[in-house]
This record gives sequence, C-alpha cells and structure tokens, in this order.
Amino acid sequence: MPEHTTIDHDVIVIGAGGAGLRAAIEAAHSGVSVGLICKSLLGKAHTVMAEGGVAASLANVDNRDNWRVHFADTMRGGQYLNNWRMAELHAKEAPDRVNELESWGAVFDRTSEGKILQRNFGGHKYPRLAHVGDRTGLEMIRTLQDHAIHQGIDVHMEVTVVTLLRDGDRVCGALAYDRERGRFRVFRAGAVVLATGGIGKAFRITSNSWEYTGDGHALAYNAGAELRDMEFVQFHPTGMVWPPSVAGILVTEGVRGEGGILRNSEGQRFMFDDIPDLYKDQTADNEEEGWRYVQGDKNAKRPPELLTRDHVARCIVREIREGRGSPHGGVFLDIAWLKEKLSNAEEHIKRKLPSMYHQFKELANIDITKEPMEVGPTTHYVMGGIRVDGDTQMSTAPGLFAAGECAGGLHGANRLGGNSLSDLIVFGKRAGEHAAIFAKEKGRGAINDAYVTDEIKRALSPFDRPTGGESAHQVQHDLQLMMQKNVGIVRTESEMAHAIDALAQLRERAARCITPGNREYNPGWHTAIDLGNLLTVAEAIARSAIERTESRGAHFREDKPDKDPAWGDRNLIISKGADGAMQIRQEPIPKLPDELGSIIEEMK
Amino acid sequence: MAIAKMHIWRGETGEGSFQEYECEFTPGMVVLDVIHTIQAEQAADLAVRWNCKAGKCGSCSAEINGVPRLLCMTRMDSINTDQPITVEPMQAFPHMRDLVTDVSSNFRAKKSIRPFKPRKPDAPDGTWRMQQDDVNRVQEFRKCIECFLCQDVCHVLREHHQHDEFVGPRHLVYTAALEMHPLDTEDRTADLKNEHGVGLCNITKCCTKVCPEHITITDNAIIPLKERVVDEFYDPVTRLLRIFRPNKNQQGA
Ligand SMILES: Cc1cc2nc3c(=O)[nH]c(=O)nc-3n(C[C@H](O)[C@H](O)[C@H](O)COP(=O)(O)OP(=O)(O)OC[C@H]3O[C@@H](n4cnc5c(N)ncnc54)[C@H](O)[C@@H]3O)c2cc1C
Ligand code: SF4
Ligand code: SF4
Ligand code: FES
Repeated sequence: MPEHTTIDHDVIVIGAGGAGLRAAIEAAHSGVSVGLICKSLLGKAHTVMAEGGVAASLANVDNRDNWRVHFADTMRGGQYLNNWRMAELHAKEAPDRVNELESWGAVFDRTSEGKILQRNFGGHKYPRLAHVGDRTGLEMIRTLQDHAIHQGIDVHMEVTVVTLLRDGDRVCGALAYDRERGRFRVFRAGAVVLATGGIGKAFRITSNSWEYTGDGHALAYNAGAELRDMEFVQFHPTGMVWPPSVAGILVTEGVRGEGGILRNSEGQRFMFDDIPDLYKDQTADNEEEGWRYVQGDKNAKRPPELLTRDHVARCIVREIREGRGSPHGGVFLDIAWLKEKLSNAEEHIKRKLPSMYHQFKELANIDITKEPMEVGPTTHYVMGGIRVDGDTQMSTAPGLFAAGECAGGLHGANRLGGNSLSDLIVFGKRAGEHAAIFAKEKGRGAINDAYVTDEIKRALSPFDRPTGGESAHQVQHDLQLMMQKNVGIVRTESEMAHAIDALAQLRERAARCITPGNREYNPGWHTAIDLGNLLTVAEAIARSAIERTESRGAHFREDKPDKDPAWGDRNLIISKGADGAMQIRQEPIPKLPDELGSIIEEMK
Repeated sequence: MAIAKMHIWRGETGEGSFQEYECEFTPGMVVLDVIHTIQAEQAADLAVRWNCKAGKCGSCSAEINGVPRLLCMTRMDSINTDQPITVEPMQAFPHMRDLVTDVSSNFRAKKSIRPFKPRKPDAPDGTWRMQQDDVNRVQEFRKCIECFLCQDVCHVLREHHQHDEFVGPRHLVYTAALEMHPLDTEDRTADLKNEHGVGLCNITKCCTKVCPEHITITDNAIIPLKERVVDEFYDPVTRLLRIFRPNKNQQGA
C-alpha cells in the first residue's frame, strides 16, 4: 500500500472560509473532535476578499426591516427557484449570527446610536448590509479564525483533499496530500462537511482565485451526492477591465451603494433605460430620487444601478456590444461625481471605500475620487451547488454535509449581494451542528484500503506519464477561454453544444498532462489535480444551461430570451450515473407553505 | 513589448540559487503576473504562494530587489527593469521551496495571545453600543492582512532570530487591537512584558514602512503598549493610583 498517514476525527471540515470555520466552531462546541482542512494558509480563503457586507435584517438603520422582507427579497432575487426553507432560515437567523460575530470581537462600522451600521445593496429593499468599510470579508474571516484557534480544533493547512472515502453509501473520510511535501493523508471521520467555495476558475475573466476550481462540487458528485442549479453562474457587473493583468478583479457593489453611477461613452446613465417589471415599483423615477435614496431618504426608491446583478451585467454587455463602451471595453462607474453633492466628497469616498481607492490607485493609476473607473462583468459566484436539506445541510449522500458557496439552493437563479456572507454563518453553523450529531450517532466508518491505493496512484499519474504531454496550466487556460466564450454571460444552444464536445477533447488532453519536478510544493502538479474538478463542474454547468430552455436570473440565452413560466417551478439536478456518465433531470420545486407564500404575495 | 530579466530564487530548504529567466511584460503587469507567466511557460514547478491577487489576503509576500513586498501589488513599471530584478523568499522565516517559506511560527504566536473577552452586553437583546470614534483606532489595526512582511523586516526576528522571545510587530498590532477594543476586559500587560517581549522592540519603525495596509504599527500600536507596560510595572505613581482607581478589568463589568 502506498505510504500515507492516517488521522482520526469525529468530524472533518474541508474548507476554512467563513462557512468552514463556522462549521468547525459549532462542531467543536458540540464536544466532538474536529479537523479543519484547507488548501491555503488559515485566514487566506476567499471569504477574506469579500468587500461590501453581510446581509441581516437587524433594522438598525431602517426599522421597517425584518426577516419577512429579507426572505421576500431573497426569493424575488432568486426568481423563486430557491430552496424556500433555506431562504426562510437564512432570513430568520442571520441577525443572530451577525451579533454573535460582534461577541467574538468583530468591529463593524457604527450608526450614530452606536449600533452596527447597515448599507444599501442591490435587490435589498432596506439598508441591510452590516459592513466594515469595504473589507467586510476580512473582518469576518479574522473574527472566526481568531475565535476558532481557541476551540481545540486541529487545523491542517495547505492540505488538499483529492477524494472522499465511503463505507457503502456513507461518506466517512477523505484522502488528501500536503502541499509542502506531497505526502498523502487519510482522514477517517464520522461525518464530513464540505465548505470549499466556488468554481470561478472555470472561466477566463473572474474575481476568483486559484482555489476556486470547484473541488467540493466535484468531490460530492463523485461520492454520489447530487448537484442542483448549476446553470446559474453569477457574473458580477463590475470587475476591473484595465490593465489586462488585473481584468476581472472585483469592484464592490458598495461603490454603487454609496452613490456610484454607471454611464456609457456618451455620458448617458443607461440603467434608467431598462427596468424589469418585477422591480418597476421599487426603482427610482429619476436621478434626483436615486440620490435621495442613497442619502437615506426613506420615501425614495432605489436607483437602477442597484437592480440585481444579472440585470445590471446584461445592460453593461448591451452598451458595450452596441458600441457605447469605454476605451478598454467596459463602461464607466463614477463615484467622483459625489463632489457635486458633498463638500467633503474626497474624504468621504476614501473612508467608505478605502480598499477600492487603493486598488485603483495602485493597480491602475486611477484616483477614484477624481476620475471614473472602467468596469465590465466578471465571473463571480456560483448559485448552483451541492444539494442539501435546508435544516441539516446534509447532502443526498449520508454523512456528507455542505455549506457556503459550494452548497446550492439558498440563492435560486441569482444571489443578492451580501447574502453569501450571511449564508456562510447561518448554514455553516447548521452544518457543523448536524454533522456532529450524525458523527456521534453513527461513529466512524470503515475505510476501503484498495480504493485509497488506487486514488493515490491516480493522483501521482501526472509524474509517471511519458514525456511529450502538455502542462496542466495550458489545458486549464484553454478550458477557461472555451467556457468564457461558449457558456458565458450570453448563451446559445449551438455554442453550448460545441462546449460539450470541446470538454470531451479537453478531458483527453488533461489525461495526458505531465508534471515536471517532484512532489514538493509543485504548482504544476496541483493544477493537474484541480483540472479534473474543473472539467466536472464545467460539464455540469454546460449541460444544465442547455437543458434550461429559457432565460431566468443569471442564466441568459439569446436564443430563448424570455422567461418561461413552465420552467418557474423546476430545478435541474445533476448526478453521476451508474456508468459514470453525467445525468441530468428536472425536479419540481416542493410547494411553498401558505405562510411563506403569503409573505411573498404581500411584498410583491 | 518589454522584456524583463528576472533572477528568481529556486531551491529547497535553504539550499538554492538565483535562476535567470527572461519574460515579456505589458503595462500594468505586477511582479506576480511575471512569475505566473514564467510558471506557465518555462517552469511549471516554480513554487509561489498567492490567492487574491488584489492585496487582500497577504499570501504573496516575498522580497523584490531585497525589499519585503507583496508580489501582487508591485507593478513592473514601478521598478527599474533595465537591471535584473531579484525575487527571493522572505528571509526571516525557514525556507521551504523557491519563494515559499514556513510562516507557521506566526500562527503559534497568535495562539499565545489571550483571546477577546467582552464585557456584558449593553442592551437587553444581547448587543453592545460603541461609537465610531471609539473604534476607529481598532479598525486601523484590524485592516491587517497577515502578510507578515513586518515580521520579515524586523531585525529582532530577521537578524537575531528571537522568535521565541518576541512575538513581533504583527502580533503586537493584534494585541493592541484587543487591548484597545472598547468591549474587551482581558489584561495582557503582564504577558506583553514577560512572554511577548515588547521591550525587545527598539522602535526602528522598519515594520511601519513595509506595511502594505499602511498601519502605523510603531506609533499607534507598539508605543502605547510599551506605555501600558511601563505604567503597570515601573511607574510608582500609577501603581499607587491603581489602588484607588478601578482598572480596565473592572470597568463596565
Ligand atoms: C472579490 C469578492 C468579493 C465578494 N464580496 C462579497 C460581499 O460583499 N458580500 C457577500 O455576501 N459575498 C461576497 N462575495 C462572495 C463570498 O465572499 C464568497 O461566496 C464566500 O466567501 C465563500 O465562502 P466559503 O466559506 O463558502 O468558501 P471560501 O471562503 O472560498 O473558502 C473555501 C475554502 O475551501 C478550501 N478548499 C477548497 N478546495 C479544497 C480542497 N480540495 N481541499 C481542501 N480545502 C479546499 C480553501 O482552501 C478555502 O479554505 C465576494 C466574493 C469575491 C470573490
Ligand atoms: S519598530 Fe520594533 S517591531 Fe518594528 S521593526 Fe523596529 S524593532 Fe521591530
Ligand atoms: S501589520 Fe501590516 S505588514 Fe504586518 S502583517 Fe499586518 S498587514 Fe502585514
Ligand atoms: S495574492 Fe493576496 S495579497 Fe497578494
């Protein structure tokens, strides 16, 4: 048997972003032994990059807010494809989870009464995002990290999981290697929580880091769990477009929340031109009303820049395609115009958006207090993910739980800004709690040594192949270009069909990739391993996107540009067939309980 | 398109040498982009840590032409590309491979600092009230991205290797953030003096100069902590006063 060490825990949590940390804290709190595994160093997960804020109906700024409004906003944003139980629990529990962060040392920005300050964001009816300038994710991950290190959790940093281990159908462990030395570790556990984040590296232009290769999605899929809603990938409307090397880096929606406006090359504020029916009653009639809203006037309606992300992104694409784009192929996002309204505009912008100020100053030589930014859409978030039970976060594979971005359901067809950070803490806690209960009840499962042996061999195969194969970097690059072109923000049947063929070819190339060097901290090898996961999620996205013959939320098809009511009550479910091929099926959404249905009616 | 000569440190656990690479670069590229290009085209196994590529995660710390910096926030057009550019791992930490070092000592140091201990909630619903003015300073410290560049440059760690006696500037910033947190009731002054070696800092301010978050580490964090230690352990007047005046531990309890 190839060499490896074996480590026992009651619960292992894979991923140390907001969701994983919160799950680990909760599981440890239940008195079980917990191992926390992450690909990079502790505190560096994607959550650290979140900027704008965490959504919770604390009602500190507008006392009309409550969980029912937050629930209705989330469902409307998701075009009613959401797992409504998750949307309900999320809206109800987010305020407690945010206050809990404060009790663990988080320092949010304050209202004049000394409470947690909240800001406006797209799709949220009232100012709802608790924040710290534009570095809310840093505050959140640091708070959770600093709390977690005192809870007796074993942290395994720079360790990558390559496959989940099963006892029959039940998931009871994971096989991983440490990045430093390339040595294998078998983790045996009673229950496993996946909190691995997203898939953004399947596309060329993305706000996501190297870690976002859809590992959790693929691990769960290969372990027999179902995925859902994979056609819904969020393209954030505002990423940097210039210089080329930083293209895709996020420009927080907070810029628009603080009054930033979008203009085309003709100086026109184009977002006023196209306001969807679902939001007509909630959108400002003119620029003056929009400004009053940003200033906190409770009677004003929000400016169209704060419509949902899918819509804003498509409007930007329209402007660019029709020749009204900015010099580097974006549109203009202007916050400097506040100087017309505020005497201390420069200082105000620097205080509210400090990291945006630095990001543009240092990376693009632009002073956002003086000039507009150039922005365009960037791959940002995946709504689709591992299908889970709303209460327990258990996947369809027993013993396997999922939380955070890798889990699907809460956001339906489109996520509202700020609803991810709250998702992490609400469902991270639930996943940790229920994984601990499961582990206590069932104990540890048995490990199949033959499977471990095979998988180690498979992981090492890039070193053993005959010379002449390509590097994994090259194949990954081509995959990203292909997905960007064929399954991106505007889709058609023929391009997506082409993508399916192209994926088969890329898969063959990936199987021949070779890795130079040895197993020690070798990014070439790491990329080769991650590539398999990317190919799986790319296929799930393409197949789901072909199947859904309508446009809804983040999924936009030029050949089927309208919403089709017949698709409004169905989710798409992906699973691995007995023959190893990917299966897709439609599944009706369970009927909404009357109580929740009436909230939606009331808030329409 | 311009071509840069890069001298990149390659090797394992301290053994190694600078290897020469030539790489094309375009306006706006940062050093990390060049490293990635070399990785993709010439050296697939070149080890480097990075995550966000936007100065937010603090993973990509290294030394460029001998200066501790973030690879992802150093623009090629900000350095002289007529000369070869050297890129090497942080010197204050044990070397692992190429540009990657073992920074685990930082995680141990942090764990040794007493955690946040809040006073009882101010409101019946379990929440607290704090004014923005009272949290500005703490928020400055909490901007820290844990890049450990300040630890790298500090001579106490870099030259004198006193990792066991001195927690270093990052962790003094962390301690200051806790000590100045309006809700915190823990007292870390004795630890600062005895375990964490605040006295070893001789205020050279090198740490402040390299901090990519522009945290005024020395003036705003370390000096006030030193003053607390002096007040508590060396100043007879304060010591006397403390008998009559409630100290931090009793306030608002
Ligand atoms: C630039 C940016 C700004 C954002 N701003 C906001 C915002 O303002 N508000 C909001 O609500 N949302 C925001 N989001 C979205 C939000 O930040 C993410 O969706 C969220 O942080 C994901 O958290 P997570 O815990 O699910 O995963 P992450 O924080 O991404 O953590 C994933 C973890 O899994 C680990 N991992 C992955 N694969 C493996 C493997 N194979 N083996 C071991 N470990 C593995 C990683 O190392 C990491 O520790 C933003 C996202 C970006 C990119
Ligand atoms: S000021 Fe103190 S902590 Fe900072 S570098 Fe100098 S000696 Fe080190
Ligand atoms: S204080 Fe500054 S230099 Fe030191 S670790 Fe934090 S961000 Fe980096
Ligand atoms: S990669 Fe995150 S700070 Fe450089």
